[in-house]
Amino acid sequence: MPTPESWRLRQSRPDSPLYSVRVNHTEELKALDTARWRIAIALTAAMMVLYFGFILLVAYAKPLLGTLVVPGLSLGMLLGALVIVAAWVLIWIYVRWANRHYDAAIDALRGRM
Amino acid sequence: MTAVFFFIFIAMSLGVTYVAARRTRSAQHFYTAGGRVTGLQNGLALAGDYMSAASFLGIAGLVALSGFDGLIYSIGFLVGWPVVMFLIAEPLRNLGKYTFADVVAFRLRQAPVRVAAAVGSLAVVAFYLIAQMVGAGNLIRLLFGFEYEVAVAIVGVVMLAYVLFGGMMATTWVQIIKAVLLLSGAFLLAVMALSSFGFNPLALFRAAADQYGVAVLAPGRLVSNPFDAMSLGLALMLGTAGLPHILMRFYTVPDAQTARSSVNYATAFIGFFYLLTFILGFGAMVLVGQPAIRAIDAGGNMAAPLLAKAVGGDAFLGFISAVAFATILAVVAGLTLAGAATLSHDLWVNVVRHGNASEREQFTVARLSTVVLGVLAIVLGIVFKGQNVAYMVGLAFAIAASANFPALVLSMFWRKFTTRAAQMSMLVGTASSLLLIYLSPTIQIDILKNSTAWFPLRNPGLVSIPLSFIVAIAVASLWPEPEAETRFAEVEHRVHAVPAPRT
Repeated sequence: MPTPESWRLRQSRPDSPLYSVRVNHTEELKALDTARWRIAIALTAAMMVLYFGFILLVAYAKPLLGTLVVPGLSLGMLLGALVIVAAWVLIWIYVRWANRHYDAAIDALRGRM
Repeated sequence: MTAVFFFIFIAMSLGVTYVAARRTRSAQHFYTAGGRVTGLQNGLALAGDYMSAASFLGIAGLVALSGFDGLIYSIGFLVGWPVVMFLIAEPLRNLGKYTFADVVAFRLRQAPVRVAAAVGSLAVVAFYLIAQMVGAGNLIRLLFGFEYEVAVAIVGVVMLAYVLFGGMMATTWVQIIKAVLLLSGAFLLAVMALSSFGFNPLALFRAAADQYGVAVLAPGRLVSNPFDAMSLGLALMLGTAGLPHILMRFYTVPDAQTARSSVNYATAFIGFFYLLTFILGFGAMVLVGQPAIRAIDAGGNMAAPLLAKAVGGDAFLGFISAVAFATILAVVAGLTLAGAATLSHDLWVNVVRHGNASEREQFTVARLSTVVLGVLAIVLGIVFKGQNVAYMVGLAFAIAASANFPALVLSMFWRKFTTRAAQMSMLVGTASSLLLIYLSPTIQIDILKNSTAWFPLRNPGLVSIPLSFIVAIAVASLWPEPEAETRFAEVEHRVHAVPAPRT
């Protein structure tokens, strides 16, 4: 079954100006969509690796995590606090990318439609 | 003293409700507060919805009694927020209207998807509500000396007043007030606890290690089975992105950018709060002492209030108790509103009335559903009196992660997702979570006192979440739905708030 999009494309002849405009927008949106999901999935995976890495260390390397980095602070507590900091950093990376690149690209695309 | 702070909070929140009630005149306003909430406001409200009394009192108590092991929970409750940010917040805002089922049903057949989504949502809301109401009854009895049933009824009635009259606007402001009170209360408590240690957290931890042995700073017996820890961790991480009362908040902001900034604020506040629980827990361990904490409540739930009394006397105890009360009320209000939206928007308007209900009818049904849920919350609270309900929050997260999260994510990303796949994955996710928790040591050994349990893990997440994804993919591959695939083009545009080409 043809998608409505491809059906519309077949209605307008390839040499008409409308055709190329439509194709460009769809292609651009697709590229942006792919970029957004790629970043979203990579950052989600990073968070999962860090968190489950921490859990596995807690499970399998108890003595190591119990070693004191300085008096009063064990390696486990330091790494735990760093997991929270890592969540902030990953979110900061995403927000920076989205504010700088994604929003601008979407605005540009909307402006030309 | 406690009573003074308590009445100030009630008066303030009912004042907010009165103002909100005058503006809440339509179903749209009832569910979304008019959609004009700012990023900072929604960030605080998200934090308010998420930081339950279980985390404030429960985690502080866990750290006070078992040291490092309690911190594992603090961290687990935060790591779901990046997932909400990366995968859910913005597409959800652009695709839905009032509930997350709007997004799942967007290009699928409405009725079957909405019914299945309602099963998952209501199960999450019910278990979360039971945990909160039972906690509220016990806590208020301890703090204020009311009878358990009276305490549950007070929480139910005050919460009902917020939601019924002020809808999302009152609920949002109650969350904001609560979040500010909780964050500033916890911060003040941490600073006062640290004042005896030269404001150096390491000196506090060192004192704890001197008094109770250096083992309190190291992993203990909590994570004896790594699969248990992974299962709970997975449920917390993906469940946050499937909690109906959290997801609903993204409809109160005007656009995807504001949704993004609100998660940014929320994660900052929630992370800060969980870092403070490190200090509150160890502070109570050293300044109150483990025997004194255990003497009042074996689970350690009174650690934070006892710490307040130790460092600031009765006035500060009163303030922290009122904060704990506000925390419970706000979370219960958020849950009730989300449950009411499921009953009225998903089931009544979109299934019974096939989407053809007048604005007036929608508003009336939404408020009737609120009353039903408010009464249900009180009844559940009383029925489960004296029961061990600590596992129910973990169960609520497991159902949210197994029933709601897979369907929500697949409906937004996967072109070949179908009505039947959504329906089956949500039902299998809910049913498998419930069945596995019933067969787990949590129920079989701890509650039914059997010697063995058929299922080895305490949280079903590690099995039920992958199962739900597998069911969704298998069903969609076996029974394709060409129409849903065709309509995915519209999803692809709407996700980015770009108008779809007319068909």
